[in-house]
Amino acid sequence: MYKYNEFDEAAVRSRVAQFRAQVQRRIDGSLTEDEFRPLRLMNGLYLQLHAYMLRIAVPYGTLNPAKMRQLATIAERWDKGYGHFTTRTNLQLNWPRLKDVPDMLEALADVGMHSIQTSGNCVRNVTADHFAGAAADEIEDPRPIAELIRQWSTDHPEFQFLPRKFKIGITGSPHDRAVIRSHDVGLRMVRNAAGEPGFEVYVGGGLGRTPMLAQVIRDFLPQADLLPYLEAILGAYNLKGRRDNKWKARIKITVFENGLDAFRADVEERFERLRSQWSGVDQDILAEIRPHFAPPAFRNAPVDSYEAFRAANPVFRAWTDTNLHEHKVDGYAIVSISLKKHGATPGDATSDQMRVMADLAEKYGHGDLRVSHEQNIILPHVHKSDLPAVWQALREAELATANIGLVSDIIACPGMDYCSLATARAIPIAQQIALRFDELKVEHEVGPLKIKISGCINACGHHHVGHIGILGLDKAGVENYQITLGGDGTETASIGEKMGPGFAASEIVGAIERLVLGYLEIRRDAEETFLECVRRVGLEPFRAFLYEQEETADAA
Amino acid sequence: MSRRFTPKVVSANHLVEGDAVWLTADDRWTRDMAEAELIEDEAVAQLRLLFAKGQPNTVVGAELVDAAKGTDGPVPTHFREAFRTHGPTNYVLGKRAQGLRSRGKIPGNETQNV
Repeated sequence: MYKYNEFDEAAVRSRVAQFRAQVQRRIDGSLTEDEFRPLRLMNGLYLQLHAYMLRIAVPYGTLNPAKMRQLATIAERWDKGYGHFTTRTNLQLNWPRLKDVPDMLEALADVGMHSIQTSGNCVRNVTADHFAGAAADEIEDPRPIAELIRQWSTDHPEFQFLPRKFKIGITGSPHDRAVIRSHDVGLRMVRNAAGEPGFEVYVGGGLGRTPMLAQVIRDFLPQADLLPYLEAILGAYNLKGRRDNKWKARIKITVFENGLDAFRADVEERFERLRSQWSGVDQDILAEIRPHFAPPAFRNAPVDSYEAFRAANPVFRAWTDTNLHEHKVDGYAIVSISLKKHGATPGDATSDQMRVMADLAEKYGHGDLRVSHEQNIILPHVHKSDLPAVWQALREAELATANIGLVSDIIACPGMDYCSLATARAIPIAQQIALRFDELKVEHEVGPLKIKISGCINACGHHHVGHIGILGLDKAGVENYQITLGGDGTETASIGEKMGPGFAASEIVGAIERLVLGYLEIRRDAEETFLECVRRVGLEPFRAFLYEQEETADAA
Repeated sequence: MSRRFTPKVVSANHLVEGDAVWLTADDRWTRDMAEAELIEDEAVAQLRLLFAKGQPNTVVGAELVDAAKGTDGPVPTHFREAFRTHGPTNYVLGKRAQGLRSRGKIPGNETQNV
C-alpha cells in the first residue's frame, strides 16, 4: 500500500501540532466554541450525544497490519476498546476526551494516518471497490488513482470551502461494489475502442433527503486528464452550487437545477482552459504511486487440503459459500470477515478483534486489509490452503459469521444511540432483525438480500439503495420506521420506493419478516433473488405482505 | 397568542469530557438529570440559559430542553433526552457505566423506573 513520503509525513505532523495548540487554546479559553468548531471539524472531531467522536480516515478503505494494530491500541488507550467501521470506510471512535485527541492524532501520524477532511465542506475520503487489486472481474486496480485523488484533494486551496461536502467513489470493475452512483462524482475505469485506459465519469449522485443517482457527464475521459477534469467539475460546482440553503447545496442539486447539459458545457469549457495548465507532473506522481500497489508475490500451491477440509466440515463449508469471492489468481480467494455477528452492532470491532485481523493479514493475507462500505473487513489475498487456519482463528475471535450478503449482513448507521443528528435508533433494529432471522434459520434459503438502515433522513445507512431500506424517524415523539423497497447500489442502481405508513419499533422486525417470508412464497424459484423478484412483480404484492394483516385485524 | 411555556432544564455537553450535563439550582453542572433545576417560568429560563452560556469554557451548546417533574427530580419528555441520561442502548457505556440511573422512558425498556 501507499507509504508516506517526507512531504506527507511533514504535512500530517504539522497539522497535529497545529491542532494540539488549538485544543489547548480552546481549553484555556483563548478560543470560543464558534472559533474552535470549524477547526475541530477539519480534524474529524465531532461532538455527539454522549461524547466527542473522532472520525479517522481510512483512504479508499485500505489498511495494513501496522495501521490496524495502531487503531486497536488507540481505541484501547484513549477510547473504550472498540471502533465503528462506517459506510464511508472510515473508523469512528465514540468516546474520546477533548484533551486526548492531539495524542490520538499523533499516534495516527506514527503509522501514516490522520483525520483530515473527514468532515467539513471539502473533498472527503475517496472510497473504492473493497476488492480492488484482487477481484476476478477487475479491469484495473483503482487504488493508485484513488491515492492520486487523495493527494490532490488534501488541503487543496481552492476546495476547502465548497458549498457542501464532496464525495468521490471509484471502481475498476464492471460490477460496481463501490456504489459509485451515490457519489458526487463516481468514476468507473474503462477502456476505449483503442484499448486506452480512461474513466466513465458520473456526476450528481447522493442519498440524503433528496436521493439521486449520478448521471454520466463524460462517457470516456482519458486517464491522464482526470485531475484537470475533476478540477473543472469542482470549480463549476464551487461557483454554481447553492450556499443559501444547506439542503440544496450538494452538487446533485446544482446539476439538477442547471440541467446536466448546461452543467456539462460549463465543465468542458473550464476543462479546456485548465488542461493546458497541467504540466504532466500529476502523471509523474501517479507513476511514483503505482509501485506502492504492485500485486503481492502470489504463490502457487496445491489446494487439496482446502477442498478436503471443506468437504469434511459443513460449518466451514457454509462460511466459504458466503464469505469468499473469486480472486483473479488461481488458488486464491477474497475473504470477507463479517462484523455482523447475529445480535452484534454492525461495523463494530473490539481492539482484540482488530489485532486478530491484523495478525491474519500479516500471516496469511500478504499484509493487506480493506474496510468495505458494507461495514465488513476484507482480506483480499488469501491462498485457499490457508483458509482453514484463517477460519479457525476468526471463529475464536467471534468473527466467522457466515452471512456476507445475506439478511443479517445489515448496514446500520450509529443512529440515536450515538449521533446528535439522528431521529431514531438504527443499531437495535439491525440487531433484532439479525437475531430473528438467525432464529428462523432461513437466511441461507433466502439468499442475497441487502437491508440498510438509517437513523435519519441524511441516509448514512444508505437505506435508499437497500433492497429493503429502513429509515428511522421521530413521529410525534416516538421512533417510527419507514420501509423502502427495490433499492440497489450496484451497476444496476436504483432508488428504493416508499411502501406506505411506517412501523413502530416494536413492529418493524415483524414487518421485515413478512416481506422476506412473502418473497419466499412468490419467488419464481430458488434462483430468483429478492431484488429480481421485486423487479418482476412490482411493489403491490409486497405491500400486501406488509399491510394486509393489519387491515384484516382492523376489519375484525 | 404565544405558546404556553412548558417546564425546561438547561442542558449542554461538557467541554472536555463531551458528555451530557445539566444545570442545577445551585449553579453546578451535574451528570444526573434528576439533580437539575426544573424551570417553570420563561423569564427565569432565559436568565438561566444566559448564565449557562456565560460558561463557554466549561460547557458547549447550552440550551433549554423540555422536561417534566418526576418523583426524584426532572425527567425528559422526549426519547432523545432520555437517551442522553442513559447512554447508548447497544452497550453499557456512558452514563450507565458510571452508575448513573437513567431518567425518563427508554424505548424498548418499558420496565424502566421513572
